[in-house]
Amino acid sequence: MKLYDLTIHELHDKLVKKEVSSEELTKAVLDRVDEVENSVHSYVTLTKELALEQARQVDKKIAAGEKISPLAGIPAAIKDNMCTKGVTTTCSSKILHNFKPPYDATVVNKLNGNDLVMVGKANMDEFAMGSSTETSYFGPTRNPWNLKAVPGGSSGGASAAVSCGEAIYSLGSDTGGSIRQPAAFCGVVGLKPTYGLVSRFGLVAFASSLDQIGPFTKDVTDNALVMNAIAGHDNLDSTSINLQPEDYTKSLVNDVKGLKIGIPKEYFIEGIEPEVRENVMKGIRLLESLGAHCEETSLPHTEHALPVYYIIAPCEASSNLARYDGVRYGFSTEEAEDLIDSYKKSRSQGFGAEVKRRIMLGTYALSSGYYDAYYLKAQKVRTLIKNEFEEAFKKYDVLITPTAPTVPFEIGAKTEDPLAMYMSDICTIPINIAGIPAISIPCGHTSTGPIGMQIIGKSLAESTILRAAYTFEQNTDFHKKRPNL
Amino acid sequence: MSIITKKDVEHVALLARLEIDEEQKETFTQQLDNILEHISMLNKVNTDDVPPTYHVLPQKNIWREDGVRPSLDREDALANAPEQENGCFKVRKVIES
Repeated sequence: MKLYDLTIHELHDKLVKKEVSSEELTKAVLDRVDEVENSVHSYVTLTKELALEQARQVDKKIAAGEKISPLAGIPAAIKDNMCTKGVTTTCSSKILHNFKPPYDATVVNKLNGNDLVMVGKANMDEFAMGSSTETSYFGPTRNPWNLKAVPGGSSGGASAAVSCGEAIYSLGSDTGGSIRQPAAFCGVVGLKPTYGLVSRFGLVAFASSLDQIGPFTKDVTDNALVMNAIAGHDNLDSTSINLQPEDYTKSLVNDVKGLKIGIPKEYFIEGIEPEVRENVMKGIRLLESLGAHCEETSLPHTEHALPVYYIIAPCEASSNLARYDGVRYGFSTEEAEDLIDSYKKSRSQGFGAEVKRRIMLGTYALSSGYYDAYYLKAQKVRTLIKNEFEEAFKKYDVLITPTAPTVPFEIGAKTEDPLAMYMSDICTIPINIAGIPAISIPCGHTSTGPIGMQIIGKSLAESTILRAAYTFEQNTDFHKKRPNL
Repeated sequence: MSIITKKDVEHVALLARLEIDEEQKETFTQQLDNILEHISMLNKVNTDDVPPTYHVLPQKNIWREDGVRPSLDREDALANAPEQENGCFKVRKVIES
């Protein structure tokens, strides 16, 4: 195995034992970037010099005998919708192509406090609107397991980078599945934490009541380590939960005896590819053989989650994206006659088709006379979906479903049909609607790419889902496979 | 019958400060209609006496000390401005002459 194939915890051991320096490790990852970036395209911006400088700082600390954080000196990628002071943050959009934030997002601050080595800013669907990373203004990212296929989205760059060693871990954001679905497609571990557990300050807002930041890693142990660094209360985010910090590595226990698993039948219906269904069921049976109790259950409102999402998310987006006016930052047209004309032209030339479609949908649903029929109705159905999960968690510790209904699809396969693309998130969207946590872990490999299994927990039960995921992982080998690239 | 017409699309584009060409108008009308058609399944869900969930957390008002803290320097705030003049953002004319 090459250095870039290793995990955070393996590399941390090597750093503290002085078997390798952070600079050597960073160079190995940067060489890997040079080798595969042309075919994968995980990054919008590379920060090679910064990474090497940060690595040398960590090496100084190690040489001085200082105790370093488990993440210190480990090269990482940050999705390009999280603000990085002085480093271009584009959201993969033309309208922010030249935006250099004057401050760091709280998660970036927290990682800096853990001696971050930042390789670069990862590619994504424009403003995180998409399930394939094809709507990026800077061109699509490709799936390292199958270059003809998409890596999933919207955090496709962040997931692809981790799967092929262009970063050891990364941060993504998840509004309707944008961490878990690409994690499934790229064969890595992706966690969407409980809404409010990780600060959103400095995350460019898409749908504020659904957005949440989380880690991509090669295994569950690494995921717990990154969560330890990024979770926690933040005064700068009024939706941040004020709790005592938790040590997520304590949930890394290889034991599911007595764990009650619910299998919601609505996630295994027609439309879920047989290969996906079989591999996820195999995974559930493995946990059962290890002592978990499994039972089929029903969440009848599942089918309503997608329409609820496609009201709430575009409504919130149309409001959030009103700030892009070409006045204070970002792309600004040179052709305009007056101010209104300048808004229209800057926005029309700056946004891509999918972003415009969602702004239009949200503006329509919020326009005079339609509020009750769409937004209010959706918020009421949201209550029903949330209640249904709460009821289920009175009976079960976790729910297990496929992460995505299909294996990775080919680039271009769904770009002409927005609704078909939206269906890619049918298994992940309900979780954002309810604000609860879920993790995707690899549970199978096919000729077209990896398959992910989603483990869902009740609000703030990250430790329960990490424990179930860890147990599965310790009894399988999927997390040890790397793409042949 | 379609839920949304080309005329609606034109109106919404104006509200959203977007300019879209004729071809896009046709495409958006068709695509938005498909999406709204899918969304209309919610009409069958009984939501009588169901309160809306605007927010998944049971948090209400969040307060903090109203203390004096440093804010962004003017220079930093203007650093990304497409156009600036005398320490201000510069925009095109807003008053008809």
